[in-house]
Amino acid sequence: MSCDDQVDCGRRRLLVATSVAGGVAGVAVAIPFVSTFAPSERAKAAGAPVEADISRLAPGEMMTVEWRGKPVWIIRRTKEMLDGLRKIDDKVSDPNSDRQMQPEYAKNDHRSIKPEYMVAIGICTHLGCSPSEKFKTGAESGIDADWQGGFLCPCHGSTFDLAGRVFKNKPAPDNLEVPPHYYLSDAKILIGEDKKGA
Amino acid sequence: MAAANVEKYKSDGTVVGGLLEWVDARFPLMSLWNDHLAKYYAPKNFNFWYFFGSLALMVLVIQIVTGIFLVMHYKPDASLNASGVPVAFASVEYIMRDVHWGWLIRYFHSTGASAFFIVVYLHMFRGMLYGSYRKPRELVWIFGVIIYLCLMGEAFVGYLLPWGQMSYWGAQVILNLFSAIPLIGNELAIWIRGDYVIGDATLNRMFSFHVIAIPLILVGLVAAHIMALHEVGSNNPDGVEIKKHKGPDGIPLDGIPFHPYYTVKDIVGVVVFLMFFSVIVFFMPEGGGYFLEFNNFFPADPLVTPPHIAPVWYFTPFYSILRANTVNFFWIDAKLWGVIFMGLGVMVFFFLPWLDRSPAKSIRYRGPLYKGALAIFVVAFFILGYLGMLAPTPGRTLVSQICTIIYFAFFLLMPIYTSLDKCKAVPERVTG
Repeated sequence: MSCDDQVDCGRRRLLVATSVAGGVAGVAVAIPFVSTFAPSERAKAAGAPVEADISRLAPGEMMTVEWRGKPVWIIRRTKEMLDGLRKIDDKVSDPNSDRQMQPEYAKNDHRSIKPEYMVAIGICTHLGCSPSEKFKTGAESGIDADWQGGFLCPCHGSTFDLAGRVFKNKPAPDNLEVPPHYYLSDAKILIGEDKKGA
Repeated sequence: MAAANVEKYKSDGTVVGGLLEWVDARFPLMSLWNDHLAKYYAPKNFNFWYFFGSLALMVLVIQIVTGIFLVMHYKPDASLNASGVPVAFASVEYIMRDVHWGWLIRYFHSTGASAFFIVVYLHMFRGMLYGSYRKPRELVWIFGVIIYLCLMGEAFVGYLLPWGQMSYWGAQVILNLFSAIPLIGNELAIWIRGDYVIGDATLNRMFSFHVIAIPLILVGLVAAHIMALHEVGSNNPDGVEIKKHKGPDGIPLDGIPFHPYYTVKDIVGVVVFLMFFSVIVFFMPEGGGYFLEFNNFFPADPLVTPPHIAPVWYFTPFYSILRANTVNFFWIDAKLWGVIFMGLGVMVFFFLPWLDRSPAKSIRYRGPLYKGALAIFVVAFFILGYLGMLAPTPGRTLVSQICTIIYFAFFLLMPIYTSLDKCKAVPERVTG
């Protein structure tokens, strides 16, 4: 800022200081407005863990429970289903679950605490559709002849295996998310919370 | 400052004239009337394509008026009523069945949304045919593209309000686009939804956007669009500047006053448009599933995704571009590439005034390169739009990838092919 006869530097300084103070106040006032967009306390409270009773789930079948408004799948896998997973390790994009889509205790070759039971959020990691089950294997599935059973997202055609692992070259970037969960007993799973002290 | 307003309008001695003089000394009524209508000189050679600007304005009025009346009965509430139906969904059914003439007002509004896009797409295509975005009309074009962006936002949040299956899952897909942004994506998506999933919080904020925020911005932008246009003057099918040849009175030789000539001409367009509009509203308000998707007559169910999710037709070209990205490239996921290219697909329109290097503005005097490129672009745009309505298969994905490349090539190669093109000589005056 150059000072000459035209510009009164004292007034100019006051003008700049006032503008800066006004700008700071404007930003401060924007904070409450922006904050109203975040989930409210009530919405956060509604995200509490839910209990699932798996005692009546037959082998080879799945059930869905709702947690935070999302479908959580519990799949009871048969031995054939688990063996099928090994045959397609080279076809899925993250076979060893290296990306953080599951808690540490589910980072193994079956992506679950017990090999038999798979727990996953049934929301496609592409854009949030819920994939549909395609448990029929081979050509009967309508997907391909080597199909070992899994899920097909109706929106953009992403496919997942029975461990929720995404196949290569599909729109979805990641495996299905495994939510935090633990076994309350052999027949009950608590979804939404890690085991205390684990 | 120019002559004070008080000097501009003098009474002719009648009562009305006296009243006008009194008003004009206090508010620029006659100046506005003259600047924008009675003494706004538009080229005399406007053709069919020039109906769509005034039609877009009329559809905006239809949407605002019908919207005001719909809000009197609609309830943005995702909770379930005593019969287990979401309140928002039930209130739309209530409008359709129990409110007197409610079905008509609702169908005006839902059909109006599709009509708006038909009219706006034709209006934009007119700009591309006759080079209406070229200097000095860059800002007219840019305001127009922002209006188009706002319209897309307005249509998207409006589609959520009936809280049907397509409302819910369409919003799920589109709002999840934000989660593709690295690092902040998931938090940003939660912030936009106001919950971990789309729910009541999302519905209420989208309602607020739909009825207050975006319409306010839209009306302001439309005013800016028209003010910028009337500052530089309208283009015409010959793409020549009528202001270059003025008579001794300073009026362009090829110009005629907008009122009464084009106001009357545009009324013909309005009547024909309303005939088509009425046929759709009364006989096929769902537009065969294109204007109102059949799945949206089921209430939203967060646990059941419809077997096939497609946006309404006016979004499908961009939706196809989104889906065409299936390859992880560099260190970026296919999902993020999809979002980037879909965004660029709209944003690229902003740069059109600077991408076009042709000496001729109008398609009438352009060479075969531009004509061919524009034709291929239109075909690719239609194919993308068609594929966006269908479920993806490997073959369709390949076709949409090819069309996506054509779409972007049209813009990115434009500086090259428009400067190589062999244009015809542009006349000095309009040709009639």
